[in-house]
Amino acid sequence: MAGTALQRRLTWLTAQVRDNRSESPSVHRLVLDVPGWPGHRAGQHVVVRLTAEDGYTAQRSYSLASPPEEPDLHLLVARLDGGEVSPYLTDELRADDQVELRGPIGGFFVWSAAADRRDAQEGRRPVQLVAGGSGVAPFAAMLDHHRRTGSPTRLRLLYSASTQEEILARDVLGPETTVTLTRGVPAGWSGEAGRIDADMLRRRTFPPDEDPRIFVCGATMFAEAVSSSLLDLGHSPSSIRIERYGSSGEPS
Amino acid sequence: MTEPAGPSDTTAARRLDGNAAAGALADLFAVDVTTARSRCPSCGKTSMLGAHHLYADAPALVLRCPHCTDVVLRYATQQGRILLDLRARLLTIPAPAPANESNGA
Repeated sequence: MAGTALQRRLTWLTAQVRDNRSESPSVHRLVLDVPGWPGHRAGQHVVVRLTAEDGYTAQRSYSLASPPEEPDLHLLVARLDGGEVSPYLTDELRADDQVELRGPIGGFFVWSAAADRRDAQEGRRPVQLVAGGSGVAPFAAMLDHHRRTGSPTRLRLLYSASTQEEILARDVLGPETTVTLTRGVPAGWSGEAGRIDADMLRRRTFPPDEDPRIFVCGATMFAEAVSSSLLDLGHSPSSIRIERYGSSGEPS
Repeated sequence: MTEPAGPSDTTAARRLDGNAAAGALADLFAVDVTTARSRCPSCGKTSMLGAHHLYADAPALVLRCPHCTDVVLRYATQQGRILLDLRARLLTIPAPAPANESNGA
């Protein structure tokens, strides 16, 4: 593992909304300009803070879906009916509006091409990503980072979406990605169908003898099911890093 | 568009990862401790704090050992104070890298 970095004091930064567009029927893509952004690594997250007129505040964590090479920050925000924060972010926020955020946060769930260059032994291990729903956000950053740096690290993504319309970050999904649809496939669909299980993992991901570094991101129950299947296949617990985002999808 | 939850185990469904506590812990530590290895005071096994189980909906953030589920760290803010109950027996923290390598880009 590469040495950790000294953290800057995490202060609240003011982000200006450049764009807020529909990414899928249930998810919006927020594009933010953040003056003073110190840079990030693919996989890190930010905390977004909303403050009401009466001073009440609510905070939520979101993974950065854009790579370090991209100056704007992209968030993929799933709209949760009855949610305290996400309906505001998806429905109310307009270009030129401002939100507060702090970050980048977390050095555990990250992949960096530069770290693989520094640590040749680690860099030889392939990287396996497994996403459920909007859990693909940090992996969109990793795939884009991988492509833009021309990294030689072997990388694959197995991505579970509910329907074809709900596939996110299509612009960065390439031949390294296998998509499985859990609620029916359209005519002519060439990907997988159904929930990710041990059999699909065996067919579509790096096997244990290649000693992959595995990242799993999705709702808590999804992450639990995938990680337990991975252990059944013979992957070691220390090779699996998990980012669960809770049953509601709105981690606090 | 989360996956539909399976048979509801409410404790499991509330579980997050130590990684999600990184923001709060950054208020306190000069380095990112989610990549620090922590030895459990109860079972003695070590794992990274980011891989611990996090329960964020309790009055405090509660980090539990992923092996034996015993409490390793509690963190709360109260009336302008930070309360830290650190029970981990030993934290092994990667030494900071030079500042010019802080961004892996």
